[in-house]
Amino acid sequence: MELLAFGDTGWGDELFRATLMTIAVSITAMFIGFFFALIFTPLKLSKIRFLNFIANSYTTIIRGVPELLVIYLFFFGGTGAVMFVASIFGYNEYIEINAFITGAFAIGIISGAYSTEVFRGAIQSIDKGQFEAASVLGLNKFGKFFKIILPQTLRLAIPNLSNVWQITLKDTSLISVTGLVEIMRQSYIAAGSTRDPLFFYSFAAVLYLLLTFLSMKLINKLEVRYSRGF
Amino acid sequence: MDFELMANSFPKLLNATVITLKLLTVSLIIGLFIGLFFAILRLNKNIFINKFAYGYSYVFRGTPLLVQIFIIYFGLGQIEYLRSTFLWLVLKEPYWCAIIAFALNTGAYTSEILRSAFQTIKPGMIEAGKSLGISNKIIFYKIQIPIAIRQSLPAYGNEIILMMKGTSLASTVTLMDLTGVAKYIISTTFKPIEVFIVAGGIYLFMTFIIHNLIKFLEKKYSF
Repeated sequence: MELLAFGDTGWGDELFRATLMTIAVSITAMFIGFFFALIFTPLKLSKIRFLNFIANSYTTIIRGVPELLVIYLFFFGGTGAVMFVASIFGYNEYIEINAFITGAFAIGIISGAYSTEVFRGAIQSIDKGQFEAASVLGLNKFGKFFKIILPQTLRLAIPNLSNVWQITLKDTSLISVTGLVEIMRQSYIAAGSTRDPLFFYSFAAVLYLLLTFLSMKLINKLEVRYSRGF
Repeated sequence: MDFELMANSFPKLLNATVITLKLLTVSLIIGLFIGLFFAILRLNKNIFINKFAYGYSYVFRGTPLLVQIFIIYFGLGQIEYLRSTFLWLVLKEPYWCAIIAFALNTGAYTSEILRSAFQTIKPGMIEAGKSLGISNKIIFYKIQIPIAIRQSLPAYGNEIILMMKGTSLASTVTLMDLTGVAKYIISTTFKPIEVFIVAGGIYLFMTFIIHNLIKFLEKKYSF
């Protein structure tokens, strides 16, 4: 137990901070994912085939390629890409991107592909009559979407989004390969310096279980809230 | 775009794909048995057996695969007792550690898939078997298992694809699978995009094959 003490003697405070980091990366990645879903879901539902093709390529590629490979692409390619863009604007110094941003972006793009599929499915499962009724009421396109379709989509999407959240949360463990100090990385450091990997990796597993358990409880509450009136 | 590098790295990556496929098939086969075993335990009426099986799938589905591999590869080697048993012959090899982790992980997901498949079997089918005077054992093997397999094919197809992506984590325990070799080439040439296109293309091709294979099986066994 003294291994987990807070302060200089134990790893308690380090692991606590690492847990907060995992939560922060997961939430950031989830929101980046929502942003991507916001772009690609309309493309998927669009009647223009070229736009369909773009959105389908995005979700197929991301869901068919290992997360770790995507992370390596961002880790090794991210700096190069940013420096290339900067060089267009005449900035030629070396730029190092923060591990948090690279990681959150990589996981966010992955999570976005799953979110896109969830939103597509949710919108498609809304009764056609709802769209027609909204048109009959004389609502314009935005009113129709935000007042009628979106609230119903959310209700249908939340159970599946909770799966996406679980996947995202677990995927953040992979960012440890880029050196961001989240639960996995901190356990790796602690295991290396105390020569007690069994304890620290098991403790990491407990932390992840705790996070998934607590977030499920929270999401269940949200689900109840958004199902009101049905 | 460095097409020469892409052409040069293709055979190396293809070689590494063999390891990825080996890891995938061996862990899927072991995982299927683990999954079937725990799915049957989940259907047991004894609350302790039931809870034990639920706990297993909860823990393995609630933690990242990376943690599971690290516990098995780095963690178990720490127990002195294990080092003196024959298990050490298996646990000192990263290849087998990765397979154990993958098999346990996919076993947890498979048990959930099979359990829900067993539960969706209509009671009428089992009753029909009973009324024909067939023994419980044969009802299980000849009625419940074939229906459950058919029911779980789509979900199991997804699980195979997820597992194929999961094998990429073998590269974190020094195995040179497709992702491991891709990372090595990226870190020596600093050409991430080219290598990503080739390695990602191979992964996508495998996803495509698995996807269609499952579709074919679904059609073949539909009723």
